Amino acid sequence: MTTTNTTTTTQFPPPKVLTYPSSTPPILITQGAEGRLYKTTYLSPSIPCALKYRPPKPYRHPILDARLTKARLSAEAKVLERCWREGIPVPAVYAVDTSAGWMAIEWIDGPPVRAGINEWLGDPPEVEQDGGHQQDKKKENADEDEGEAPMVDLMRRIGLAVGRLHNLAGVVHGDLTTSNMMLRPPLDGGDAAQGKAGKALEGEVVLIDFGLATQSQSDEDRAVDLYVLERAFLSTHPRAERLFGEVLEAYRGSFKKAASVLVKLEDVRMRGRKKSMIG
Amino acid sequence: MALERLTLEHVPSTHRVYITLFRDVSNSSFLQSQLISRNPEFEYAFIDVSSIISRTHLLAAVYNAINTQIDGTLKTPNVHSEVVISLSPSNNIAETYRRWGITPDKTKDLIVVKIVVSADEEEAETERKVWEHLTQHVQGTPVPLTDGEISKATDWPKVRKYYKLNGVPGLERLKDEDLKKKQMEKLVLMGMALRGM
Ligand SMILES: Nc1ncnc2c1ncn2[C@@H]1O[C@H](COP(=O)(O)OP(=O)(O)O)[C@@H](O)[C@H]1O
Ligand SMILES: [Mg+2]
Repeated sequence: MTTTNTTTTTQFPPPKVLTYPSSTPPILITQGAEGRLYKTTYLSPSIPCALKYRPPKPYRHPILDARLTKARLSAEAKVLERCWREGIPVPAVYAVDTSAGWMAIEWIDGPPVRAGINEWLGDPPEVEQDGGHQQDKKKENADEDEGEAPMVDLMRRIGLAVGRLHNLAGVVHGDLTTSNMMLRPPLDGGDAAQGKAGKALEGEVVLIDFGLATQSQSDEDRAVDLYVLERAFLSTHPRAERLFGEVLEAYRGSFKKAASVLVKLEDVRMRGRKKSMIG
Repeated sequence: MALERLTLEHVPSTHRVYITLFRDVSNSSFLQSQLISRNPEFEYAFIDVSSIISRTHLLAAVYNAINTQIDGTLKTPNVHSEVVISLSPSNNIAETYRRWGITPDKTKDLIVVKIVVSADEEEAETERKVWEHLTQHVQGTPVPLTDGEISKATDWPKVRKYYKLNGVPGLERLKDEDLKKKQMEKLVLMGMALRGM
């Protein structure tokens, strides 16, 4: 079955590549400030991929715009390859077309960490669904010791993933949030955990969205990376605030120079506080 | 007939792609000389299977070449030479032909890719002509182009060298051989996708 895809063309014209025949129509997943992300297929119907498209910006000079798009896409692709070679879980790059402004990358199954945490907290899902019994599950303070073990474990996996990114790949992410991390289910389907309380938090932490990533070994840059994550985490998951410390503890243990990054983090926080007092 | 009509996701319907594999090819010198002399009857991509690890590996190169052709940014004379170039992680064209293309007297197992653009004739007719021409000129045994047939010919040490897969920390750590092969395929695809960046 072959479809020619005409959906969403009026609102957002898709990149030309997505107008060519495919076994299933591409699905628009997100529409961000910088670009759009589609779920589609690569080469064969059995290989799902994420197609990241940066449309031309009409307010920018076309030559400058094309040059910027090229530079950003190739920078992002290079960072992904670098991480891959170090064995840090990120999507593989399948194809890059810098002149057309898109890149096809491996589709990561599973929810964003943000959705996993919200489900575990019993927060209503952000996407409209039959809300129903969600409220009953709500964990009032999320502090029944044993009950929060899966969450503590996830926090540690996040800290470890960021530590490995900084240390092994020498990369700072630039936009660490719980939306830019996915929870990839285990290959065997994780049947053992069926029905278990921590099910929503299971899976391998896969970092995504390296659009703002840079190559850097500096404590300062690494500390800012952690600070961005801390701010994002506390505002997205205020009820899990207490647990964020676990991310930093796992980070501390993940490589030798992590301790000095955490010292730097104190400075960065301080500056952040001053700034918010003035601003 | 072992000629396969390939359907690739996101390729315009103007493009018909055919692939096949010949084993124990005995006239690689003749075939290569036809390419060198730009004989228009030999508009094929001839690929040495020993440098290929899977169908996905090959299909990625075919896809990238077609996409480059549609963009109008071919780096080589035509879409067939572009298929060969697309297999390389580097921009060194002469080296790429030596590594992935057909080599006189050396290439024994050969992948053939034929891309027909905007043909007026019936598909069956195109297919028949291509097959007739190939079986007339390639001295070898046609077999279906499967992962199994490819893997019989893959020269892994060579592939690891070409795609810089030796001493890669992310691979060294893996114990499971099947998983390692899968991860190597991803790194190969990435090397191709990032060519010249
Ligand atoms: N490789 C992927 N596999 C599955 N989903 C993805 C993938 N990449 C991105 N997404 C989804 O699309 C969203 C937006 O992609 P992202 O790369 O973060 O782009 P943006 O720069 O617009 O934030 C992510 O938050 C995630 O939900
Ligand atoms: Mg994002």
